[in-house]
Amino acid sequence: MSVLTMQETIIQTNNVNVYYGEKHAVKNISMDIEKNSVTAFIGPSGCGKSTLLRSLNRMNDLVPSCRVEGSIIVDGIDINSSQVNIESLRQVVGMVFQRANPFFKSIYENIAFAPRFHGMTNKRDLDELVESSLRKAALWDEVKDRLRDSALSLSGGQQQRLCIARAIAMQPTILLLDEPASALDPISTMKIEELVMQLKDEYTIVIVTHNLHQAARISEKTAFFLMGELIEMDETGKIFTSPENEKTEAYISGRFG
Amino acid sequence: MSHRTEGVNTERQSMIAQKMLTTNKRQKTENISGKTIAMICAGLLVIVVLSITYFIASKGLSTFFVDGVSFKEFLTHDKWDPEGEPSAYGVLPFILGSFFVTALAALIAAPLGIGAAIFMTEIFPGFGKKVLKPVIELLVGIPSVVYGYVGLTLLVPFIREQFDVLGFSLLAGGLVLALMILPTITSVAADAIEAVPQDLRNASLALGATRWQTIWNVVLHSALPGCLTAIVLGMSRAFGEALAVQMVIGNTTKLPGGLLEPISTLTSGITLNMGNTIQGTPYNNALWSMALLLLAMSFIFIVILRLLGRKRLAK
Repeated sequence: MSVLTMQETIIQTNNVNVYYGEKHAVKNISMDIEKNSVTAFIGPSGCGKSTLLRSLNRMNDLVPSCRVEGSIIVDGIDINSSQVNIESLRQVVGMVFQRANPFFKSIYENIAFAPRFHGMTNKRDLDELVESSLRKAALWDEVKDRLRDSALSLSGGQQQRLCIARAIAMQPTILLLDEPASALDPISTMKIEELVMQLKDEYTIVIVTHNLHQAARISEKTAFFLMGELIEMDETGKIFTSPENEKTEAYISGRFG
Repeated sequence: MSHRTEGVNTERQSMIAQKMLTTNKRQKTENISGKTIAMICAGLLVIVVLSITYFIASKGLSTFFVDGVSFKEFLTHDKWDPEGEPSAYGVLPFILGSFFVTALAALIAAPLGIGAAIFMTEIFPGFGKKVLKPVIELLVGIPSVVYGYVGLTLLVPFIREQFDVLGFSLLAGGLVLALMILPTITSVAADAIEAVPQDLRNASLALGATRWQTIWNVVLHSALPGCLTAIVLGMSRAFGEALAVQMVIGNTTKLPGGLLEPISTLTSGITLNMGNTIQGTPYNNALWSMALLLLAMSFIFIVILRLLGRKRLAK
């Protein structure tokens, strides 16, 4: 009982529908995402999980034909309301993409990018933030001697951890990870997974993944999507051992998708 | 049983082996003739380039080695009087004129061109692709004499009235050249900006950067080598342009003194004087030396472009 009351909802979606032009990509989804937990979105390609994720920090605004209906409440505020400043929203809700996308700049400048824009100019503060962000992303020991090197000199896995560090550096509350390990080798993937599990103490993490084992390993809650609908969302253990919906069971046992 | 199988195998093998060992004669001749034609084309090109270079160099260098003009004097003296007694071959006014007019053109056209490139790729891509791009391509195609004529008819009188001067001036040359190289800079810069991966824009926006911060710090920063390439390309075009410049610049052989004063450039110096000279005379050779200088400059521009290209690849 006490455990239940401890859990606090940070993101709440109410009847969210997302359309790309005529295409109804996300259908009537209502869900609660708990603070300081890892929530995994699973489902076959084109099921709407990434679309929903991208609605959580309004990256869908960049797609001209995209329309979002329903309300997405983050910490009590509807993020689609006109009072919300989109840049500030994206500071609170950070995002890491499927393909590592470091800027063509040094490792240091990649991390310092967002803090600079959000008003941090003091060099000592920046240095500290760069170090703490890289430490949190478990990358500090590997790059501390070459912070001025190009970020593109890093390996693929390191680049992805750099992107996580870059997102951490803007001190977000929520981190959205869109298949962060799908382009990485197993060892780099393992490192990202370890990192996600460490980060959940400080951040609320929502991760989209095609790797069911990954979802099972790192998440507390799992949401299964199919054809734009949320089929089932529950404790990860329950989803993977005794799902209520037969479609979920079919998917996790590998019978389709 | 096994014996028979082996027999069949050997027979088959020999057929396959035979097939592999025969050469298709047509393929072979085609291959050889194709190679030969390609080599002749490439060889011709190399010969043409080398012989032009050799010709210009031999003519241009004879000023110094045959006519005994001092190389230092040629480059650093500002008195140009090949027909005087004694004759003077200082081409510094032409050199400085070329550099100043090119620099002025680049100074005006680079910000405008890159600004226009940002507008048509980042801000209004639909309008940019449908309207601006074709217009810019049209501008590239306008012959330089037309630019010069427009400059002569509109710009020179305008400057004359505004500033109470002759009108033919460094300013007029710079403006006409800026207009001429603007489309080049815009289209090359636009291609460079378009080539910046969308991922980088998304990353920046997802970090809470505004659109403008993204354009300035991520898109332009990533496209910087390409934009520099655009500027250098434009500058090399401006440096080599003769006709349009000659029509508006005044062609006075003296050191550039101000924006509103008439000057000369290497190209205008050659085109205006070449009709008056006789092959083989020191005067004629001096003009060839100026051509050699132009060739050397375009070589330098090419080297810069190569270095920029390499930088872009390294990223």
